[in-house]
Amino acid sequence: MSYYLNHLKELESEAIYVIREAVAQFENPVMLFSGGKDSVLMSYLAKKAFYPAKLPFPLMHIDTGHNFPETMEFRDRWVADLGAKLIVGSVQEAIDQGKVKEETGVNASRNGLQTTVLLESIENGKFDAAFGGGRRDEEKARAKERFFSHRDEFGQWDPKNQRPELWNTFNGKKNFGEHFRVFPISNFTELDVWQYLKEEKVDLPMLYFAHTRKCFKRDGVIYSDSDFMERKEGENLEDIQVRFRTIGDMSCTGGVESDAKTLDDIIAEVSMTRVTERGTRSDDKRSETAMEDRKKQGYF
Amino acid sequence: MSGQTTELLRFTTAGSVDDGKSTLIGRMLYDSKSIFEDQYNAIKVASEKKGEENVNLALLTDGLKAEREQGITIDVAYRYFATPKRKFIIADTPGHIQYTRNMVTGASTANVALILIDARKGVVEQTRRHAIIASLLQIPHLLVCINKMDLVEYKEEVYNQIKADFKEFSSRLDISDIEFIPISALVGDNVVNEGDNMPWYKGTTLMYYLENVHISNDENFIDCRFPVQCVIRPMSDEYHDYRGYAGRIAGGVFKKGDDVTILPSGFTSKIAKIDTYDGEVKEAFPPMSVTMLLEDEIDISRGDMIVRANNQPEGSQDIDIMICWFHETPLQLNGKYTLMHTSNEQVCIVKDIQYKLDINTLHRNEEDKEIKLNDIARIKVRTNKPLFADAYSRNRITGSVILVDSNTNATVAAGMVRN
Repeated sequence: MSYYLNHLKELESEAIYVIREAVAQFENPVMLFSGGKDSVLMSYLAKKAFYPAKLPFPLMHIDTGHNFPETMEFRDRWVADLGAKLIVGSVQEAIDQGKVKEETGVNASRNGLQTTVLLESIENGKFDAAFGGGRRDEEKARAKERFFSHRDEFGQWDPKNQRPELWNTFNGKKNFGEHFRVFPISNFTELDVWQYLKEEKVDLPMLYFAHTRKCFKRDGVIYSDSDFMERKEGENLEDIQVRFRTIGDMSCTGGVESDAKTLDDIIAEVSMTRVTERGTRSDDKRSETAMEDRKKQGYF
Repeated sequence: MSGQTTELLRFTTAGSVDDGKSTLIGRMLYDSKSIFEDQYNAIKVASEKKGEENVNLALLTDGLKAEREQGITIDVAYRYFATPKRKFIIADTPGHIQYTRNMVTGASTANVALILIDARKGVVEQTRRHAIIASLLQIPHLLVCINKMDLVEYKEEVYNQIKADFKEFSSRLDISDIEFIPISALVGDNVVNEGDNMPWYKGTTLMYYLENVHISNDENFIDCRFPVQCVIRPMSDEYHDYRGYAGRIAGGVFKKGDDVTILPSGFTSKIAKIDTYDGEVKEAFPPMSVTMLLEDEIDISRGDMIVRANNQPEGSQDIDIMICWFHETPLQLNGKYTLMHTSNEQVCIVKDIQYKLDINTLHRNEEDKEIKLNDIARIKVRTNKPLFADAYSRNRITGSVILVDSNTNATVAAGMVRN
C-alpha cells in the first residue's frame, strides 16, 4: 500500500497546519489581503483549515488608493463569499492626516507608504500576528524567511535574529507589543500557486488573464494607463493585449504582452517564461536590496 | 488531484565555504533551466561589479546584503526548482561552525542530505560535522558529492580514496543509506548531465538520484499519532453539534471506526469521521491535515494526542535527549526551560548533563559539562507532567522537542528523544 501525497497536496497540508498553528498560538491574528493571487490562495487555504467553521480572524487590506479597480471589485466579492470581516487601512487617509508624505515626480509610488499604514493598522487593531501571502521563491530577501517571523516592537525584521524553525514546531512566544508575521504559503512557487488554483477551480481577478487595455511603455515595462501615473513626453497610449503576473499598485506594476486567457494558458506561459514574476515590479528595482531594506523597516 | 503525481523532496546542502556548494546549486538551477533570465542577468551584473571573470553562480543564493559583501552564506536560504518528476526544496545552509543552528534547522525536515567534499582536500572537519548532524537529525538518505574533480584531473583513485575515508568514518554513525557521486559543479559533469570527463564512473548523475531516490517509505506509517492543534466548533445552525479535532497526522494510518485513546487522559473512543474541506476521507496518513470527529463527547484540547488504543507512546516525566544548543548563553544545569513537543507545552528542569559529543571524533566527553552555542550534548530533563514522546529514530515529529528560554523567548535548543 502506498500512502503518499502529491506535492500540491503536501503544500496544502503544510499551509493549513501553519494557519491552524498561528490561530492556536496567537490571541488576535489578522490576515493581510490584497486581492492578488497569493492572498486569494492563502485565504482559500484558511477556509479549508477551519471548515466547517467561519474564519476565526478578519482580513485586512492596506489600500494605497492606487489599486486597479478590477482588484477592488474582486476583493469585495471574494470577502462577501467567504463571509469574512474586512478591515481597510487607508494610505490616502494617512496622507491626508499628514502621517506619511506622498512621493512626487514621475517615478512616484505609494508602495513605501504602506509600511507605516500597515504598522499603524496592526497597532490599532491590537493584532499580535498578521498572515501574509509571501513566498520564498519570490525574491532573495524572502528566501530566508521563516513561517513564523518575529517582528520587534517597531515592527522591524532583523535577519540576524530570526528563530530557528525545526520540524515545524513553531515558537510564537513574544513580549507585549511585539508581533509575528506568518507566511503559510512560503514553500509554494509561482507555478505551484497557479497549478493549485487551477486544480481547485478558484476564482481570480481578471487582470491575470489576457485582455486589451490602454497602456504606455517606460524603461521596457508596460504600464496601464491610470490617474496615478504621470506620463512623460513620448510615452504614448496604445491598446495592448496584456496580462499581469503580479498585481501591486497601478503605479508600480508592469504587464506582459500575452494571449493567455485561461489558467492552462497561464501555466504554460509561466513554465516557459524567462523573466521572474517580480521582474516586472519597479518597487523591487529601486536597488539591489530594495526588499530587504523595506522588510527591515517593517514592510510585509 | 487528477494527473498530479509529482512528489515533494526536501534536501539540504552543506559544505565548507570553499567547497563550491553555492556553485553547485546554481548549476542545478541553471542546467534544469530554473534560473529565470532576469535573475541570471542580475548575477551577471553583480559578478562583473565584483571583478569576477566567470558568472558567479554562487551569487544566486547569497541573498542578504552582508552575505553578498562578505561572500559567504549566513542564514538558511530556501531554493525551489522542479523537474517533471519531482518538486524540490533546497535548504541551503552555511558551512561555518558558528551557524550550526541554521544547518540543523534546514536539516530537520529534509529527506536527503547532500554533503559536498572538495576532491583536493578529502574528508575534513566540516565533512565529519555535517555527516554527524545528518545522522543526529536522522535524515534518511545521505548523498556524498565529491566535487572539483576537474581540479584533480578527474582521477578515479582520488574519488575512491575519499569514498573509503568517508565510509570508514560513517560506519560509526547511524545512517543506513549513503551514496557517492564524483562531480564538477563548475564544469557540470555528473550534476544534471553526465559529461565526458569521468568515463570510469558507472553510477547516476546527481539529478537522477534526486529524481529517483525512494522517499515514500520515510514516514512512519505504523505508529498512529495525531497531536491535536485546535478544536473546531462552528456552533452554527447547520453544524450545531460539530466538534472536530484539527491537526496534522504525525504517524500511522488512521481509519474511520478505529479504537482510539486520548493522551494524557487515557479516555477511549472510536473515530466517527475523518473530515476535510474536500469531504470525508476513509484513511488518514502523514502528512495529511485533517479534522477528526469522535463518537463520544470527551474533553479534548490542544496539546492532547489521539493514538490507537493498542499502540501508545510511553508517558514519562524523565526525558533523555540529544540536544543541539542554539544560544549564546550556555545551558544551565537545574535551569528551567519551556519545552515544546508537537502542540504540547511543558516546563522542564535540566537534571543531568551526561556528555558533550565531540563532533570530530564522536568522543563522549563526560568531563566538559559546559554546553555552549552549537554544542551537541546528551542531557536528561524532568517535565512537570508526563510527556508522550516516541524515540526520535522512530518518528521525527513526536520524537523531537524544542527548548525555549522563558525570559527571552528565544529557541535555545533542538532536542531529539533517545530510546
